[in-house]
Amino acid sequence: MELSTDVLTDMHRRMVRIRLFEEAAGKLAEAAKLPGFLHLYVGQEAVASGVCTALTDQDQITSTHRGHGHLVAKGGEFKPMMAELMGKATGYNKGKGGSMHISNLDVGMLGANGIVGAGAPIAVGAGFGNKLKGNGNVAAAFFGDGSTNIGAFHEAANMACALKLPVLFICENNEYGEFTARDKTMAITDIVDRAAGYGMPGVIVDGMDVVAIHEATIEAKNRAVRGEGPSLIEAKTYRFYNHHGVQNLGLKYRTDDEVAEWKQRDPIFTFEDRMIDAGTATRDDFDGVWAELRADIDEAIQFAEDSPVPDVDQLLVDVYTEMPAGATS
Amino acid sequence: MSRKISYVQAFNEAVRQEMRADETVFCAGEDIGGFGGVFQTYAGLQEEFGEERVVDTPISEQAIIGLGVGAAATGSRPIVDIMFMDFICVAFDQIVNQAAKMKYMFGGSATVPLTITTGGGGGLSAAAQHSQSLEALICHIPGLKVVHPSNPYDMKGLMTACIREDNPTIMIKHKRLLGMQGEVPEEPYMIPLGTAATLREGADVTVVAWGRMVNEAFDVAEKLAEDGIDVEVIDPRTLQPLDSETIVESVRKTNRAVIVHEAVRFAGLGAEVAAQIQEEAFDYLDAPVARVAAPFSPVPFTPALEQHYQPSAARIEQAIRDIVARPGA
Repeated sequence: MELSTDVLTDMHRRMVRIRLFEEAAGKLAEAAKLPGFLHLYVGQEAVASGVCTALTDQDQITSTHRGHGHLVAKGGEFKPMMAELMGKATGYNKGKGGSMHISNLDVGMLGANGIVGAGAPIAVGAGFGNKLKGNGNVAAAFFGDGSTNIGAFHEAANMACALKLPVLFICENNEYGEFTARDKTMAITDIVDRAAGYGMPGVIVDGMDVVAIHEATIEAKNRAVRGEGPSLIEAKTYRFYNHHGVQNLGLKYRTDDEVAEWKQRDPIFTFEDRMIDAGTATRDDFDGVWAELRADIDEAIQFAEDSPVPDVDQLLVDVYTEMPAGATS
Repeated sequence: MSRKISYVQAFNEAVRQEMRADETVFCAGEDIGGFGGVFQTYAGLQEEFGEERVVDTPISEQAIIGLGVGAAATGSRPIVDIMFMDFICVAFDQIVNQAAKMKYMFGGSATVPLTITTGGGGGLSAAAQHSQSLEALICHIPGLKVVHPSNPYDMKGLMTACIREDNPTIMIKHKRLLGMQGEVPEEPYMIPLGTAATLREGADVTVVAWGRMVNEAFDVAEKLAEDGIDVEVIDPRTLQPLDSETIVESVRKTNRAVIVHEAVRFAGLGAEVAAQIQEEAFDYLDAPVARVAAPFSPVPFTPALEQHYQPSAARIEQAIRDIVARPGA
């Protein structure tokens, strides 16, 4: 498949946006400016960007507790995202969701999720709705290798296949479930082995190669839209930081050498080198993108810091959808 | 209004009429399509609306609820069935952490018009995993609404209201009331969620009961009237939100209260009702608030034990007599 320069530029831009957002969030967390937990997506940018450049705004995604990257890739804006991480009223979730529940339904992002594996059944529901409405949209569930050990994943995979729903299962295999190596928690090496058990095709892609992920997603999406049901894509990837927080070296459960090896395969820098080698872009082009987006991030941080926190009277707002008077009488 | 139909037929009619009126409504659950549901609550619906809208699912309670959550959040109006209430435990993450919280976590941007239907209650020798009354667990969760009709008229009106409601609702069908006959209008109607029914006015004591216990309490009240004890019987009908006002007003009038439910007494919903009564009507009380409920054990299998486990007419009568016999202030 020959991708247009526009698509390649778009992929790059989404990856850089994720990287800058996450690096900025990490710095803010270190400065104790972000309440709560922070699970950074740095290292995995190619997966969200490769998938989401193959989707439309009307296609839906469900995410994980490492969800900022998914929202950025799906079209989330820096300002309301940064404000949400700071717990401000101007955040996407008005300060009630934070990092682990960040969402924007307008771009089809059905939420980061604090419960491992819980997004997959929700994606099945979105896919079911698409099929019922015949709107041609697909729902993609992002999840990690660890969440394929939880029942919700298996129920979702089986149901989506049994009902032939337009759903894509995107496994980001970063080799660690929280602080435990994958090979300690499952007896298989490749998550994709699980696809056959549900009767769907499964494909392994290099999770550091945004183009490969994009192409696999296009194929899975086409299959789903044709009514042939779900596919599983396993992207072999790596998170450069710890499960949560900003430490990256000196961790007990993985070696610094391993981190260094994976960083040699940085999904953004390797992509840039390839584009420059192919003559598709120049270093100056990329420098310009980084500079422009850095300015956006700085502006978003300023916006978030200047934003008000929610009034205390918002505490009980939106527990329920208010029904119009007489609507239930 | 002279037509009499059963509790099951009332449920079925509500679903059928709403599906005819609103093409975004669909049903999904185990055995509900071709078989019509194990209690025949969904009988005949697949014949009318087809397999696309009345869906036989795998035995996968997490995915069934997830199907509903994802579809509801993206514009459909799902009715999903969990065969026995005991099985909500299998799907508790999707109910408690996903469906209930999505609106609030997302800062109000999500609407989740999901109806979960399930069969509750004992008395069928169905033993410890098919007999429970778990309403206290779900009423404890902000974001959910819970209804438990005690007769066919309330069933149709509450089920219609649940389907049209823009929040996640749980409809508990009592398994021992399925064949109960009652007058039910043919046209669609709603009973507003959160409104209690005063089934019998009385001056001496207020009895608050729900589900099958309403009918037991009503019969006891009729019998006690012959002995000059004037019992007011209140059926909250909706357990979350609870119509506290009707209950408190009644107790302020009668000065005595007895609460009857099938669930285990300890931390049952009766404890909440009793607490609200003492908070709002303490100065009016002439006796402690009494509770008639199940003892602190799993539901036994053998009828020889289960008949002693469930609150009986005799126990309800005794509790009312004891409370009425207490000297007033």
